[in-house]
Amino acid sequence: MSGLTIFFVIYAYVAIAVFILGFLYRIWKFGKTPAPLKIDQTPAPTSDGGVVGRMILEVGVFKSLLKSNRIIWLFGYMFHIGLFLALLKHFRFFFAYGPGWIAYITTFEIYAGLIMLFGLIMLFVLRLVVDRTAFISVMNDYLLLILLAAIASSGLIIKHFSRTNLTTVKEFILGIVSFNPQEMPSEVMFIIHISLVFLLFIYFPFSKLMHSGGVFFSPTRNQVDNPRDRRWVNPWGKAPENIEIASNMTQDEG
Amino acid sequence: MAETADTAAEQEEVLTDQDIVTGAKEPSLKPADVKAPELTGDIQIPHLVKGAMAKSKCHAAKPETMEAMGFPGRLVDNWEEAAVKKLGELLTKYKSLQVYLDICVRCGSCTDKCQFFLGSKDPKNMPVARADLLRKVYKKYFTTEGKIFGSLAGAAKLDLELLGEWYTYFHQCSQCRRCSVFCPYGIDTAEISMAAREIMDSIGIGQKYVNTVLVKLHEIGNNLGMNPKALKATMESTEEDIQEEDGVAVKLPVDQVGAEVLLITPSADFFATPHIESLIGYAKVFHQAGISWTLSSTASEAGNFGMFIGSYEHMQKAAMRIRKAIEELKPKRLIVGECGHAWRIAYAFWNTMIGPLDNSLGLKLEYPRPQHICEYTLDLVERGAIKLDKSANDDVIPTFHDSCNVARATRMGDRPGGQFEIPRALINAACNRYVEMDSDTIKEKTFCCGGGGGLLSDEILDVRVQGAMPRMQAYHAIKEENGANFFALICAICKAQFTKVFPKYGIPMIEVGGIHQLVAKAIELGAKE
Ligand code: HEM
Ligand code: SF4
Ligand code: SF4
Ligand code: SF4
Repeated sequence: MSGLTIFFVIYAYVAIAVFILGFLYRIWKFGKTPAPLKIDQTPAPTSDGGVVGRMILEVGVFKSLLKSNRIIWLFGYMFHIGLFLALLKHFRFFFAYGPGWIAYITTFEIYAGLIMLFGLIMLFVLRLVVDRTAFISVMNDYLLLILLAAIASSGLIIKHFSRTNLTTVKEFILGIVSFNPQEMPSEVMFIIHISLVFLLFIYFPFSKLMHSGGVFFSPTRNQVDNPRDRRWVNPWGKAPENIEIASNMTQDEG
Repeated sequence: MAETADTAAEQEEVLTDQDIVTGAKEPSLKPADVKAPELTGDIQIPHLVKGAMAKSKCHAAKPETMEAMGFPGRLVDNWEEAAVKKLGELLTKYKSLQVYLDICVRCGSCTDKCQFFLGSKDPKNMPVARADLLRKVYKKYFTTEGKIFGSLAGAAKLDLELLGEWYTYFHQCSQCRRCSVFCPYGIDTAEISMAAREIMDSIGIGQKYVNTVLVKLHEIGNNLGMNPKALKATMESTEEDIQEEDGVAVKLPVDQVGAEVLLITPSADFFATPHIESLIGYAKVFHQAGISWTLSSTASEAGNFGMFIGSYEHMQKAAMRIRKAIEELKPKRLIVGECGHAWRIAYAFWNTMIGPLDNSLGLKLEYPRPQHICEYTLDLVERGAIKLDKSANDDVIPTFHDSCNVARATRMGDRPGGQFEIPRALINAACNRYVEMDSDTIKEKTFCCGGGGGLLSDEILDVRVQGAMPRMQAYHAIKEENGANFFALICAICKAQFTKVFPKYGIPMIEVGGIHQLVAKAIELGAKE
């Protein structure tokens, strides 16, 4: 095995481990932190099923964002949809024989990449030119957009301009997932692309990208509006019997 | 020259850390000097004016007050360490805090949604910027990203300057949750500002208004410090007033054991104008429905400022008075008067904090526990148990301000959105000429009055007047368009706030009133067919 391969095999396993363990840890933490009170933002669904529906709309079409700001919604949605399709399409690298629907998605894959990249560029521009978002942005907000744009661009270049042999790429990835490492392709664009992807993996659990898991734990969105019908118990709250209050409760006949 | 430099140095020497944070030695605001923005009917998104509100600080609570609340009297010496420790504790107790500090992507969607930003143009009043004041500290002390990247990730050390900004801007948030509606993850800046206030109290810097009121509430049972005797006397004289005006013996009973209904209402209803008009409305409704009811002299407050300082313990302790009153007076039903944050606490929190509110306390299960007075009255109207003569209000063209706490944190009736429909249906049952403000300013998108969340204090009248701007523009527009002349409310704080800020905007304060004030005018008293 070449030095390049050894390096990338280690890098791959570290990145994947950090990503999976880090993500799970953060989700576990969101999950175990108690929610003492009902703070759903009303009008809210009055049943569990309703909450599932609310979540599907938030995650599927960014409903609150749509209500709020059509421009951010448009570019944000383009980016996420592009990302989603691009991810789906990457599945073909994980299967020796990809299911048919992935081949179908592959037919419009160039659009996925372009939409994602365009969305990212516009989000970057918006961040810079709107005085309000420029005020709140910190360096990592910009760097993250640049990282994602670099991933998308290098991906598009590999696919459409370079001569990377996708069969060797597939062998390398299958090798990683089956714990049977294969030779790393040495094409420069691919090296850049996969290095950045692993960097993203490592950064992911430490960053605001955790919104992808955290949104499901948002109490204003995931609680059922039924506090009069079902008592919500605060796991760390004192029982009312144990609360002392000032002793002027005797009545004053005057 | 040398002399002035010396005096300046001397002055600086006497400034303690506490003074710097709370701006105690700064010249204080003269309410009379506060000018309102111009009314055009439009709500414009302003360009940023950095630091516009940096000097608008609430008065700090006195050491005695802080100690009575169980907080340190003054800013403690090791405040940085103590604040970080408290933040760590809160992170393990509140999912909202943990999740919301972590997942904001700074997309900017909430930046133009807060009335305090729209009115003041100060960028630190943008919800995400406000939350970032705490998030910075969270990142610095609790996250790997912040420890590695520092300010590149927006992390910052909690220093005196930042603490001063906390004190300023977390007291320019009315905890109205408007930002949460528009955030893709529902990030609720109210939760963040509650946590920040709880941390500040725990290190010895509390706001005067809220803490002073809470001390009275804990000691006497209401925010005004009105003792049981005074309450009874006031209710008797109100009975006489009604007798004189309407010639009907409507009662305002206090501490009647075994009455069917226990009414918990904000203490402002007992004497403030226009609040008392609504109290008279409730009394007439109970009278005409022929139901026995009572107030409690020891649980004579629906409001509960424990929420404003983010303190579960104080909120629960204040609410306990209501449970005690239920135990003593043994009512079958529990009804809550017109008050925004109080209805939130009653509707969403009572069952958790002082419950279960059920037959174990003698309450009847067939009624909502608790029930909002608007739900109760509208039901009577719909069943024909009371009659309203709409023509009595023909001089009135009312519009309705959805109180933010009611709109975004509670419900009335069985269906989501009942909190919007029921008050409107009740106004429509009492009047012929209801008009609606711009749809972007009502229901779940309603603006706060600008005085909620513990901001109802005159030293920050500038904040309150600016915070009211979006609502005032919408009211101005409907006045121009449809001649609206009555601003119907269901919140004691809203009522107090608008009676104060209407004149600043050149609108007579007589236009402010409660829904039950309209009911009181329209209700047909006397024998039922
Ligand atoms: C459950 C899945 C997800 C949901 C519901 C979701 C939703 C959102 C929403 C509503 C926004 C704000 C609008 C915007 O700025 O685009 C956002 C921002 C963002 N999302 Fe996601 N997202 C998800 C997964 C992901 C993933 C997997 C990534 C990256 C690997 C990602 C990267 C980003 C980035 C970088 C931003 C900030 C864009 C900016 O800087 O303006 N998201 N997400
Ligand atoms: S809308 Fe939500 S995610 Fe976006 S900046 Fe505001 S708080 Fe953060
Ligand atoms: S809760 Fe209300 S006042 Fe506070 S930041 Fe959000 S919109 Fe502004
Ligand atoms: S006073 Fe009224 S509008 Fe203002 S915060 Fe309270 S409920 Fe909301």
